[in-house]
Amino acid sequence: MSKISPEEVEYTARLARLSLSEEETAAMARDLDKILDYVAALQSLDTTGIEPTSHPIPVPTPLRADEAAEPLDPALALSNAPQTDGTAFVVPKVIGTGEES
Amino acid sequence: MDGLLDTVAGQRDALDQGDVSSRDLVQRSLDRARDTEGLGLVVGTRSEVALQEADAADARRRAGDGRGALDGVPVLIKDNMVQLGEPAQCASRILERFVSPYDGAMAERLGAAGAVIVGRTNMDEFAMGSSTENSIHGAAHNPWDRTRACGGSSGGAAGAVAASVVGAALGSDTGGSIRQPASFCGVTGIKPTYGRVSRWGLVAFASSLDQIGPFAHTARDCALILEAIAGHDRRDSTSLPEPSPSLASGLTGDVSGLVVGLPREYFELEGADPAVIASVREAVAELERAGAKVREVSLPHTKYGIAAYYLLATAEASSNLARYDGVRYGRRVPSDDLDSMYRNTRSEGFGAEVKRRIVLGTYVLSAGYYDAYYRKAQQVRTLLRRDFDEAFSECDVIATPTSPETAFVLGEKSSDPLKMYLSDVYTVTAPLAGIPGISLPCGDVGGLPVGLQLLGPPLGEATILRVADAYQRLTDHHDRRPGATS
Repeated sequence: MSKISPEEVEYTARLARLSLSEEETAAMARDLDKILDYVAALQSLDTTGIEPTSHPIPVPTPLRADEAAEPLDPALALSNAPQTDGTAFVVPKVIGTGEES
Repeated sequence: MDGLLDTVAGQRDALDQGDVSSRDLVQRSLDRARDTEGLGLVVGTRSEVALQEADAADARRRAGDGRGALDGVPVLIKDNMVQLGEPAQCASRILERFVSPYDGAMAERLGAAGAVIVGRTNMDEFAMGSSTENSIHGAAHNPWDRTRACGGSSGGAAGAVAASVVGAALGSDTGGSIRQPASFCGVTGIKPTYGRVSRWGLVAFASSLDQIGPFAHTARDCALILEAIAGHDRRDSTSLPEPSPSLASGLTGDVSGLVVGLPREYFELEGADPAVIASVREAVAELERAGAKVREVSLPHTKYGIAAYYLLATAEASSNLARYDGVRYGRRVPSDDLDSMYRNTRSEGFGAEVKRRIVLGTYVLSAGYYDAYYRKAQQVRTLLRRDFDEAFSECDVIATPTSPETAFVLGEKSSDPLKMYLSDVYTVTAPLAGIPGISLPCGDVGGLPVGLQLLGPPLGEATILRVADAYQRLTDHHDRRPGATS
């Protein structure tokens, strides 16, 4: 039984803001199916009551004094942007395009 | 090569004695980078600035004002590390033309120690791969046999050290990306304890796993570099509070009484090359003859390591790579509306393996699958950590092969992602547990290097480096150099 269908791959890719061609979707469904089949081995392990590990070596959240520091020069911060107006990042119009999400 | 002039310690001694200038060394690295261009190891050099920095190092030395252990020594960094005014592309189309507006901690600290960064090394895109084939720059070729892979994802760094382009290079390790290429290329590479080296300026892949460490020919050289880059950094909230450890001074060559644990699950792995296993066993016997005690230990959850690793690493990657959206940096595919711009930019900018991992990671984090995959993997991670805690109550270091095989042929695994993932079987457990590990050459099979992996408890870098150095005093595998260098 397959663990992930091409439709699920397409849906998940949309969540991740990726568009896949039909071929890419089919190939990815095949690859992910094999991978999910392999990782299913974890299900055979009883982990009742085992705490999950999110960080291997936990350190307490570090705090610093709330003092102003020298920020990155705004011109430098914008230097890699594909489009700016000199003080801000410019993106295509967000509202009123009639598109979903 | 010219004597010992491709090791950090050798270069430093030659500089101290005035036999060579930093300019000579940096120029030689730049020449080697050009001569070995066909191997695809180095993806960019900063020749002019590097030579200026070399001159400054030479001037400091003449004035008796040297910066210490690495002053004037040429090094390379991986293409996922940022340096002010330099590209950092992560071997990805999406970061084409990116130029860093700041210095990463690794660049800062190398610079403070006087090291001269001569350029950047090839890698798998966003460090996702075990072969350095998933790269916008093309595959990296192994200097021992150019038809074979360097390993990955830090394959360019490992290959560049093997080919004597530099004496040391920095890599990053998430599931084995320092140790496995070190093994394939016949060099020494250490992944420190999680949090030991600041990741400020390292492009994030899987944040609960990523760690920076050096490649070099010897454990001693790795110790020198690690001393320079380790230690607390308040800009990385996972950075450990401990100051940089003193490592080189602890390389005594003494292993008497030290207990080496051999995890039976690693040596009984189905499909591992028997010649690799035999070579690693012989290395352990060498340590035993030097006075170490050897005992079998058990890491019972080993067989779940790969599955837990690929679930956690892809989940974290799917989140970390959300930042590549065409807004603030990197490539943008102009589109009529914002959502199309995100999708077009990301779909054109990322390669196949990166997309595969983003989709897998998004899937395992999505509603309905979170508990079955992500949370389950986090629980298995706890069991793997406990395995190591238990094992280290019975031994000081754990010895294993680094990889179940020697360098595989380029293209051999690239059409089968799962097969590629399985090649990380011996290396994924250390980052899951957060512990340090080193790979060092311990022999060869058919002319290809074999790697011995030594794992230590958290903050145990000094111990694994001492054992690795002791082994290198007794053997000469680390002195061998490859033939195919262009």
